Amino acid sequence: MNLDLSDEQVLLREAARGTLSRFKNLEAAREALDSGGSPPDLWPTAVEAGWPGLLVDEAHGGAGLDAFDAMLVLGECGRVLAAIPLLGHLPATAILDSSPAGAELLPALASGDQRAVYLAARPPDDMHGEWSVDPAGGMERAPVPIATRGADGSTHVTGQLAFVPDAPGADVLVGVALLEGKPVGFAVQASAAGVSIDSVRRYDATRALGHVALQDAPATILDASPEALAGAWHLAQALIAAESLGAVESALETSVAYAKERFTFGRAIGSYQAVKHSLTEVLRQLENGRSLLYYAGWSRNGAPAEFPLAAGAARSVAGRALDTAARTMISVHGGIGATWEHDAPLYFRRAQLNRRLLGGTALASDQVACELIAQA
Amino acid sequence: MDLDDTPEQAAYREQVRAWLDQNKAQAPVLQGPGALEDEAEIVAARRAWQGRLAEAGLAGVTWPKEYGGQGLGPLEQVICNQEIARAKVPGILDAIGVGMLGPTIIAHGADEQKARYLGPMLHGDEVWCQLFSEPAAGSDLAAVQTRARQQDDGSWRLTGQKVWTTNAQFASYGLILARTDVDVPKHKGMTMFVLPMDAEGVTVRGLRQISGEAEFNEVFLDDVALDADAVVGGVGNGWGTALTTLMFERVTIGLGSEGLGYNSARFAKAIASDEHARRDPEVRRQLGEIASELLAVRFTGYRTLSALQRGQIPGPEAGLAKVTIVNGAIKSGDLIADVLGPDALDEGSEWAYMISFLPGLKSAGGTEEILRNTIGERVLGLPPEPRLDKGIPFSELRAKEAASA
Repeated sequence: MNLDLSDEQVLLREAARGTLSRFKNLEAAREALDSGGSPPDLWPTAVEAGWPGLLVDEAHGGAGLDAFDAMLVLGECGRVLAAIPLLGHLPATAILDSSPAGAELLPALASGDQRAVYLAARPPDDMHGEWSVDPAGGMERAPVPIATRGADGSTHVTGQLAFVPDAPGADVLVGVALLEGKPVGFAVQASAAGVSIDSVRRYDATRALGHVALQDAPATILDASPEALAGAWHLAQALIAAESLGAVESALETSVAYAKERFTFGRAIGSYQAVKHSLTEVLRQLENGRSLLYYAGWSRNGAPAEFPLAAGAARSVAGRALDTAARTMISVHGGIGATWEHDAPLYFRRAQLNRRLLGGTALASDQVACELIAQA
Repeated sequence: MDLDDTPEQAAYREQVRAWLDQNKAQAPVLQGPGALEDEAEIVAARRAWQGRLAEAGLAGVTWPKEYGGQGLGPLEQVICNQEIARAKVPGILDAIGVGMLGPTIIAHGADEQKARYLGPMLHGDEVWCQLFSEPAAGSDLAAVQTRARQQDDGSWRLTGQKVWTTNAQFASYGLILARTDVDVPKHKGMTMFVLPMDAEGVTVRGLRQISGEAEFNEVFLDDVALDADAVVGGVGNGWGTALTTLMFERVTIGLGSEGLGYNSARFAKAIASDEHARRDPEVRRQLGEIASELLAVRFTGYRTLSALQRGQIPGPEAGLAKVTIVNGAIKSGDLIADVLGPDALDEGSEWAYMISFLPGLKSAGGTEEILRNTIGERVLGLPPEPRLDKGIPFSELRAKEAASA
């Protein structure tokens, strides 16, 4: 038993922190909100650091690392709310990496010359018998795209996907479609006929989102197993959990620092139990989330049957932890914490949007219940 | 990152499992058909079973060899706990003695004390209890008022009251924290003693709780005589000695927190048994949220273990796991009662007992509020609450409290 980070993992994390500290990410996020634009593109930085190929096998030009390593990098991105489109890219590369038909796409994606986006599709569970994607509105899940094979053997996909993280600007779209009623992986080029990606104006400027429409778009069918397709969904849950917990970490640090230096009635506000206990609550949720990241990171290869449970639990705890952390950050700072000039609203915006993406934190909690009820 | 056994650990696990397979027929049956019911019989059977475990090297795994232990690490202790749970046999009866009080005596006791007490403790021949908390000293443990006065011949006389004492009704000895000097600040005037529970003047009374049952005791001390050599760790050093016990308490909680039985699989089973509840989105959401936190605690335990293997001592943050477990179990009990209805509160229902037991458990080992204070200060580095008891002799402090009450 050893849950310590390896030397390589410590290096990976420290290097990521160092790299990201060169940018004024929070200022960029606020400016993007002000201007209605996007923060500066940090993809070249990710490429320089080798992050696009984190999960790609070395044979295809990647680093061949584990989900946990990717989670460490996402955690660092989350700490500074950096707008780096790894959440969309990495699960897409995981699907391609498990499919021989995806091999030729991988070198360009591993090097970062091209960027992929994962069209997140949730596998069926005990309540929902079908694969589904996030809907454009409301609580009802939407169907995955339909793939059809033409007389010449070529395949085309048609479908709608809403609020896809990191879709704008992607070169390759990777998702799940039904072909003759069976789930298959597919890849389409963003430049192909019948593909449109509409950038969505968003509550959190550091999170690029797009509505994707596929109309008879020419697709490569990927021979990935249903387990690999489902695994990409759970991987995305684990990655957004890691990213959320990174934000919790820095929100808590900022809040604690303020609670030590701000005085009322002659004493630091952090000495009052009401403030101390609310900050301890953030720490409690953060520590629970961290423990579940280990569970998710280990189980993906160590106990694959438990990966859906572990990733769902990590997402459930992390989503709520970030909400608690952001609200606590605002309340500990008093009125100023709710003003535009302060960083707390940026964390708050990240918390509110993150909890509704990729099926949402609520569906992750349901996943946990599903797995446990199935075992009971 | 690796959760698998090393070859050495796998071999150790195999050895423990083999012994349990061969010997589990002799373990006392505490649940199900043929279960023992009489308390005296249960205690006798569990003491005998502890003796067998000790002889096989499955008790005191981390104790040094010279005191009858195995001299192994915390990981082997966990492997041993896991295998005992897997074999569905009871563990040792005196987990408080072997897990906390024995290690305290090993750390602070005189050679004669180690030679006299540790062997019978390990083998279950003499069960121990922990006499720390008092009616007016719980979270603020250094406020103990049980008074020990030294006599001219060097012996001691103890008067006072202890509470929340597990196993006192059949314990042979207790480790007791008492005040020996009221003229110094409160943390400085305490001393730890070994108390024979059959000494004249010791009265044990069961303390019934919400469930109606008495898991704990009150212990009254009326001018109890102790020899000079009953002192553990030196006169006036009681606080430091007590901190050692509390540190081992954290280790015990950190390594065995799932042993409380408050785990997600058990709660999910109760929900899944109801056809409607298992499909109700609101019930599922609540179950998922609670279960996620309880699952986290298992891996927090593994993190604690990794730290212990590196030679680090778990800090107060291990207390956060206790907060998560207790509150998670409270919410689970509430959800299960919503699903099952009043049946869940029937006497004899496992849920009725759990629901009644948990409000008290919230304060066990320090209230949730004091835990959050400690963690906020030691882990987050937040400034302490202003204190009105620093540097004041205990007698003056008491007078001040009486005047302002």
